Amino acid sequence: MAAILRFRKLCFLEPSSPSSCNEHKKQTTKRDEKKMRENCDAEEDGLRKKGVKEWRCIDSCCWMIGLMCTAWWLLLFLHHCMPASLPGAEPPGVRLRRQGVVALHPVVLVPGIVTGGLELWEGRPCSDGLFRQRLWAGSFAEIFKRPMCWLEHLSLDNETGLDPAGIRVRASSGLVAADYFAPGYFVWANLIENLARIGYEEKNMHMAAYDWRLSFQNTEVRDQTLSRLKSKIELMYVSNGYKKVVVVPHSMGANYFLHFMKWVELAGGGGRGWCAKHIKSIMNIGPVFLGVPKAVSSILSAESKDVAFLRAMAPGLLDSEIFRLQALEHVMRVSRTWDSLVSLLPKGGEAVWGNLDWSPEEDHVCDWGTRKYQQQLKTKGNETDGRHSFQVQEPTKFGRIVSFGKTVPSPDATSSKSNALCGKVKTEYDEVSQEKIQKISEERVYTADTLLDLLRSVAPKMMKRAEAHFSHGIAENLSDPKYNHYKYWSNPLETELPEAPDMEIYSLYGVGIPTERSYVYKLSPQGKCRSIPFQIDSSADDSHNGCLKGGVYFVDGDESVPVLSAGFMCAKGWKGKTRFNPSGSATYIREYKHIAPANLLHGRGLESGAHVDIMGNVALIEDVLSVAAGASGVELGGDRIYSDIMKLSEEIKIHL
Amino acid sequence: MSLLRRRRRGGQDHEPGKAEEEEKKPEQRRAEKKKWSCLDSCCWFIGCVCVAWWMLLFLYNLMPSSFPQYVTEAITGPPPDPPGLKLRKEGLAAKHPVVFVPGIVTAGLELWEGHQCAQGLFRKRLWGGTFGSVYKRPLCWEEHMSLDNETGLDPPGVRVRPVTGLVAADYFAPGYFVWAVLIENLAQIGYEEKTMYMASYDWRLSFQNTEVRDQSLSRIKSNIELMVSTNGGNKAVIIPHSMGVLYFLHFMKWVEAPAPMGGGGGPDWCAKHIKAVMNIGGPLLGVPKAVSGLFSAEAKDIAVARAIAPGVLDQDLFHIQTLQHLMKMTRTWDSTMSMIPKGGDTIWGDLDSSPEDDYLPSKRRQNATDEAKDGSSEPKRKRMHYGRIISFGKDIAEADSSEINRVNFRGAVKGRNVANDTCVDVWTEYQEMGFGGIKAVTEYKAYTAGDLVDLLSFVAPKMMARGSAHFSYGIADDLDDPKYLHYKYWSNPLETRLPNAPDMEIFAMYGVGILTERAYVYTEAPWAECQIPFRIDTSASEEEEDMCLKDGVLSVEGDETVPVLSAGFMSAKGWRGVTRFNPSGMKNFVREYEHAPPANFLEGRGTQSGAHVDIMGNFALIEDIMRVAAGATGDELGGDRVYSDIFEWSQKIKLKL
Repeated sequence: MAAILRFRKLCFLEPSSPSSCNEHKKQTTKRDEKKMRENCDAEEDGLRKKGVKEWRCIDSCCWMIGLMCTAWWLLLFLHHCMPASLPGAEPPGVRLRRQGVVALHPVVLVPGIVTGGLELWEGRPCSDGLFRQRLWAGSFAEIFKRPMCWLEHLSLDNETGLDPAGIRVRASSGLVAADYFAPGYFVWANLIENLARIGYEEKNMHMAAYDWRLSFQNTEVRDQTLSRLKSKIELMYVSNGYKKVVVVPHSMGANYFLHFMKWVELAGGGGRGWCAKHIKSIMNIGPVFLGVPKAVSSILSAESKDVAFLRAMAPGLLDSEIFRLQALEHVMRVSRTWDSLVSLLPKGGEAVWGNLDWSPEEDHVCDWGTRKYQQQLKTKGNETDGRHSFQVQEPTKFGRIVSFGKTVPSPDATSSKSNALCGKVKTEYDEVSQEKIQKISEERVYTADTLLDLLRSVAPKMMKRAEAHFSHGIAENLSDPKYNHYKYWSNPLETELPEAPDMEIYSLYGVGIPTERSYVYKLSPQGKCRSIPFQIDSSADDSHNGCLKGGVYFVDGDESVPVLSAGFMCAKGWKGKTRFNPSGSATYIREYKHIAPANLLHGRGLESGAHVDIMGNVALIEDVLSVAAGASGVELGGDRIYSDIMKLSEEIKIHL
Repeated sequence: MSLLRRRRRGGQDHEPGKAEEEEKKPEQRRAEKKKWSCLDSCCWFIGCVCVAWWMLLFLYNLMPSSFPQYVTEAITGPPPDPPGLKLRKEGLAAKHPVVFVPGIVTAGLELWEGHQCAQGLFRKRLWGGTFGSVYKRPLCWEEHMSLDNETGLDPPGVRVRPVTGLVAADYFAPGYFVWAVLIENLAQIGYEEKTMYMASYDWRLSFQNTEVRDQSLSRIKSNIELMVSTNGGNKAVIIPHSMGVLYFLHFMKWVEAPAPMGGGGGPDWCAKHIKAVMNIGGPLLGVPKAVSGLFSAEAKDIAVARAIAPGVLDQDLFHIQTLQHLMKMTRTWDSTMSMIPKGGDTIWGDLDSSPEDDYLPSKRRQNATDEAKDGSSEPKRKRMHYGRIISFGKDIAEADSSEINRVNFRGAVKGRNVANDTCVDVWTEYQEMGFGGIKAVTEYKAYTAGDLVDLLSFVAPKMMARGSAHFSYGIADDLDDPKYLHYKYWSNPLETRLPNAPDMEIFAMYGVGILTERAYVYTEAPWAECQIPFRIDTSASEEEEDMCLKDGVLSVEGDETVPVLSAGFMSAKGWRGVTRFNPSGMKNFVREYEHAPPANFLEGRGTQSGAHVDIMGNFALIEDIMRVAAGATGDELGGDRVYSDIFEWSQKIKLKL
């Protein structure tokens, strides 16, 4: 300490302070001290006036920083001293283990879109030094350092949907591929940790990471991902004492695994009965079996609720051309090269998603603040009268997934010509003529059926590429040989489940969060470089029924996937013996009601129902652990339903 | 925020414009001044340091990433193209899938289940990486890294498992590459994870136990089969390093053996799936270092450290007992016993002679410069007795065999150590030996490779009982004997046949030109409680310039860890042509890489190193591997490439082939 003091004096005070004064101080008696000090101070003062200017500002700065650093370190130190776990809820793994639940069936985790990591294996010169570093997930540091380079490497080829020449970006492998999406933001980590507590380790737990940008069949063509998954499952089956595997797909992973099951029996050399032999159950978490409306808005205008909201808050920011950022255009350009997005478009057309006047969710109550579930309403009896009358109101037309609002700005013919100036960010909209856009907006309303036509007209290349890999209809006759083509394999309405009567299919998803269902669009104000002609009309609000907010209609769901998409197949489409489920595999629905974390300490909550946060939901983890340890769906307690999914499913009339 | 306010107020008071005011109120100012005393100065100092640090960091980040390279180039001239780039220009492309088999120590281990003290370390690396937990909680770390003393498997309640994927062994510690350079170069000709596989396994376990506990061998089998089938039937190129060489030898026997003990792949599995095995620095016949490690938990480095600072390692003061802890931990690792010298006196030499007897560290270099002088200038030197792997006292190491009077230690009665109870916390088996046992060991005076196994069984009976169930160190008389079907012989090249795969090629690639431990001069340690009773006698050195005895260690040619004899003999003689160890006559090649230390600090660990691990960054070696992976055969590489006397030495070994 003393040394530091002296050092500081040496730097700043010594040159200007007279040494004699200090000496005097020491020599004087106490009686003289006061007087002496005054003298000295006066002396120093005179000199300081000169010195002051030099050191005070920097000095204060340093002082501040030093104080902050010290405080920070102190906090950090205290944080480290703190016991690692706050006394709180016991993790489900520990509890179940005490009850004697131990690892039995090998577990395969199938991550969804976006959450899996991607790393660079070969790149352009601008990506020097990034070999085997993560481009996607992790810290995302590269976006800030070299955004254009980053975008270039994440794009796929516009024609083939595969790697552009000279670039190889590959999925990370192993459990690290999707345990954390970003530091501190868990995806699978909680589940993995709890599985480990009952005895799982890498020999009986496998992360089936794949490149989520590619269409499903292309992951096999380029990386042999499906073959690897097959071999891995076979290995785990054999080396764990011939125990069938429990598959846990999340989000788009559910579609991917549906594709895998068809592939392995038809093309992968597994033969009929492979699934029956190797798979005990499939526990789909937040599955997007029938697609999500969110995919429409992101393809159409690269925006969703969050972006529209942001635009409403700060109108100029996203659209500003000042910085030539054009963030949305870039996002659109890159994401349109990802075929997998198309797999998420709503499937089943008007029969499932509703037409102009009807939709299965039409009498949905959108009063989110005081929302009560149907069952609870019934039990509470007469109290509910008021609410019932509420429902009688004019039903919301959810079937119109995209509708154009009343305000259609007049076309500005000259502006389309000036596109050449901002050719840097070319999206396919540049090739769509102004008249066509006008026509599109005059059409006013698009349902799940006509949507595809809309997308085909605004993004012809993408849809042409992707529609070779995905289909969105409903099969008339499943024995038609055309359904052996791989493009139908990930659509549950156009494939049969494999013949595996003992296999169980679960649908585990959160409910109780407003989820995007349909959109109100408007034409973008014309600008020089505005190449996205549509945007969500964030001014559109509905006062009488809270379903419309910021240009988006909401229904019940897990924030990303509406209940309809996640639950319908298990609630009706596959329930019992249907034409989609010829062998009658058992299906179960397990819903988890969303309860927001009570305070900050809970992080993302132990009872969350949100699309990704549900992976930390204690009830869900317990269900997965129990099934992995050998329980059947009946032992879990069968269906567990909070939403109107059964009623909704009844509304949907498709031939089963 | 309140801090800010406080500071601002202080700042205003001191503003020069208000200096007059200040002079009117000296008391107030004095109070201010006092505040600026000790704590403030401290803060100020820290602030200064932080700011300076940030500035430097900022400047460092601003620096273009090619800057260090630029500086290096300015000093040493343009570097050679990395082999990946060079071969890519030649048009080479990925063809055969590649499997890496890491060696002992270099692969990462992570925690899956632990005791209370290891909380928060779930799926964090205990071994490899930053080794942060060693410093934070050393005893906890040791407890988790140890295996069960009886079974050689997990202790109850602890699960430590190998890291999987390429990350398992690409870097051992941040910045210290193992496989990373090779991986990066392979990637440049088109390899990626579907064609590259890191066969990581728990290197602490005996080889068969990795299958029993983790099914590691099954996983390797399944992965090789998958890679071969998804790459159009191109057979795999296997690249084991160090102990991985023995592991893969074990694997090849395992995979063809019938199901309960083996993998049930059938007799032609290797012929169908493997193109070449490219052993890097393989201790096929064991390493003497393993002996000293097991015997006294020390190697050359530790002996040197002890010579420099005699007190530190032996301190009882702090109850650290580092070496004892180390010994206790490593003795639970069965795998260390796989590297005890194999083949006994036949290979490693007896009391009087050993294959390397005429080795001179400076000879080869002389040969290279002026060969004419050679005959006359042969110095009249004492012959080194490399065969005596452990000798007690320098005089014994140098004496003629007739002068050594050995008292057999086998069957000697072990005394009880009275002071046993006090050092229970650091239990090594030495505490059960007592004075009698220790005396018996020293009386035998000189141990050859053949005596070593007995010696170790004497000093560490439990460990060796566990180990001898998994490993064997002899030479087979008759390979048809059905006992050789047992897995304990599979990793000893002198007791197994290579698989029946005439098209397969085996490469022995290793560095030469570095002095490597071959034999030790031991001494009894000054007696103290809880001490390891033997240690390397660091005072035993030769003054002559040309001597190989230094600090109690006799050295020969090698790659710093593995002597040439162990790495090269099998490919140079034991497997060459059709022999009883290689009945199908698969081709063998010896590729040596002369060690050239990095020219300066900036080159890091060098691109022409021959050291045991650093050789993985050797450009010549990488190029050889890539050519083979892209389809070349051993003959196309240029056949043998030899700098050492390995062929000469091999001829001296009389082994029935």
